[in-house]
Amino acid sequence: MPSACGSGPLSDAATIDTAAVAAPAARASLRKRDQRALTAYGLVAPAFTLMLLMLLGPLASVIALSFTDYQLGAPAFSWIGLANYQDMFADRVFWISLRNTLTYVVIVVPGAVTLGLAIALLIESGASLRGLYRTIYFLPVMATLIAMAVVWEFMLHPQFGLVNGLLRGAGLPAFSWLQDRSTALYALCAIGIWQAVGFNMVLFLAGLVSIPKQLYEAAEIDGAASAWARFRLVTWPMLAPVTTFVIVISGIRSFQVFDTVHILTKGGPSKSSEVLIHTMYTEGFEFFRSGYGAALTVVFLVFVLLLTLIKARLADRGVQTA
Amino acid sequence: MNTLRTMLWPAVRHILLIAGALVLLAPFIWMISTASKPPEEVFSSELHLIPHHFALWDNLKIAFAKANLWRFLLNGVIVTVSIFVLQVLISLPAAYALAKLRFLGRDTLFALVLFGILIPPQATAIPVFLLLHKLGLLDSYAALVLPFTISVFGIFLMRQFFKSVPDDLVDAARMDGISEFGIVWRVMLPAAIPAVTAFGIFSVVAHWNDYFWPLIVLNSEQLRTPPLAVAHFRNNEAGTNYGPLMAAAMVIIAPLLIAFLLAQRRFIEGITLTGIK
Repeated sequence: MPSACGSGPLSDAATIDTAAVAAPAARASLRKRDQRALTAYGLVAPAFTLMLLMLLGPLASVIALSFTDYQLGAPAFSWIGLANYQDMFADRVFWISLRNTLTYVVIVVPGAVTLGLAIALLIESGASLRGLYRTIYFLPVMATLIAMAVVWEFMLHPQFGLVNGLLRGAGLPAFSWLQDRSTALYALCAIGIWQAVGFNMVLFLAGLVSIPKQLYEAAEIDGAASAWARFRLVTWPMLAPVTTFVIVISGIRSFQVFDTVHILTKGGPSKSSEVLIHTMYTEGFEFFRSGYGAALTVVFLVFVLLLTLIKARLADRGVQTA
Repeated sequence: MNTLRTMLWPAVRHILLIAGALVLLAPFIWMISTASKPPEEVFSSELHLIPHHFALWDNLKIAFAKANLWRFLLNGVIVTVSIFVLQVLISLPAAYALAKLRFLGRDTLFALVLFGILIPPQATAIPVFLLLHKLGLLDSYAALVLPFTISVFGIFLMRQFFKSVPDDLVDAARMDGISEFGIVWRVMLPAAIPAVTAFGIFSVVAHWNDYFWPLIVLNSEQLRTPPLAVAHFRNNEAGTNYGPLMAAAMVIIAPLLIAFLLAQRRFIEGITLTGIK
């Protein structure tokens, strides 16, 4: 396969040219079609070789690995059936990690979707400065999350941070956000919402633009005078497919939360902010327990694929965004 | 009542949006403010935004002295550009074949592409890591680039775009004696520039900001990408040197933010592609 992808296209091109000149027209066109099919294989070969090597092969391997006790550097490994999964389900850390991940998703998704929608509606409700607001609200999406996480860490600094400074100024109690097991996960949720709002806003803006203006006029004639009535009767139902879409995308992204956790809390204090991908990272790449890490990956995959299938269903129904 | 409301609404809208914007921009403002303060002002419980003594230049100098930031930025450019160029070289021919040529197994291959889009990158991390380990490629540019040279999403996107290119254009090129391989680069690529640009922005932003994969495969300091550089800077200096740390964070996010401010529409288009992904 790999050798064909290097020489295929060029040599095919050469034979097509000579065939066109030498052979009678009918035979030439037939041969050309054959040649074109051959060329097609040449054109797709590099992409599909890499796809097998870097995507489909590894996907199959991760499932296979989850039934082994393979450890990086170990001379041999053996099939151990469901033992990794049994270990996992018996491990307190796994359940904490799963619960934290679900908590994170359940907080970040409604937060980022509602705020994204509210901002999009506010921007759309007037004509002036639309572009400027859109740019400002989109900035957190563009900024390298790791760099901004470091900034957030200092904002949340118990003593010198902006957040506690403002709280103290308002006469409210201060917290040691990321160092406190009762607040660490929620602080990470806040950063997650902060980062995702602009992305959702842009998707909602695209959805809002595609709602026909006549519908609002018709609603007004039918007596929907207030802005709330127009929202309830036109905007909300017309936006429903986009809303569902945004919810699912936010869900998938929240399940993948890793960067902020790894740099700010390492899952602590005492596992209070441990999440699935971080547990997988620790097992697979710090302890090099590849088999066990693979089993954790499979659990993560099941959740994400469930969400993705919902999204694919929606896409099939012709839901378009952006 | 209603007219009063319509008159007041623009003002209320601006007040709400500005209030929201201040909250969202707070980390950026705080970052610039802290990066401009000398240590004694950073470590003070009294809040002030504008530094009494402006120290941005000093903090930047310390940041560049403590970490080889130019090198890390260069690594970021090398890695993101290599990934994007290879993605285009590999996915465009495949996308063209899937969109315009007829061959046995085409539908199966396209189904595999669609399936591939569903796989989140973290899912394949362990096996790909083991593969790179076997090949002796860990801790190299190749380890950073190779796994991303194949973008099923790129193939899908370009295939959809090529579908909309008229067949006449392709046939005319064949009449002119251009080979199928030539058609990809001389006919399809020029027609697809807007889609390639959007995909390029999507790809570069994703890989410039990526932390997970470089964290896994890298060891050497001189290969660090920008996010890894900030993370190491923070780990080495945590709690002591917030001014230079914020200055380093500024340097790392600056290239993308400046590019974004210069071409907002294109960037928003490119980033929201992930919505389809």
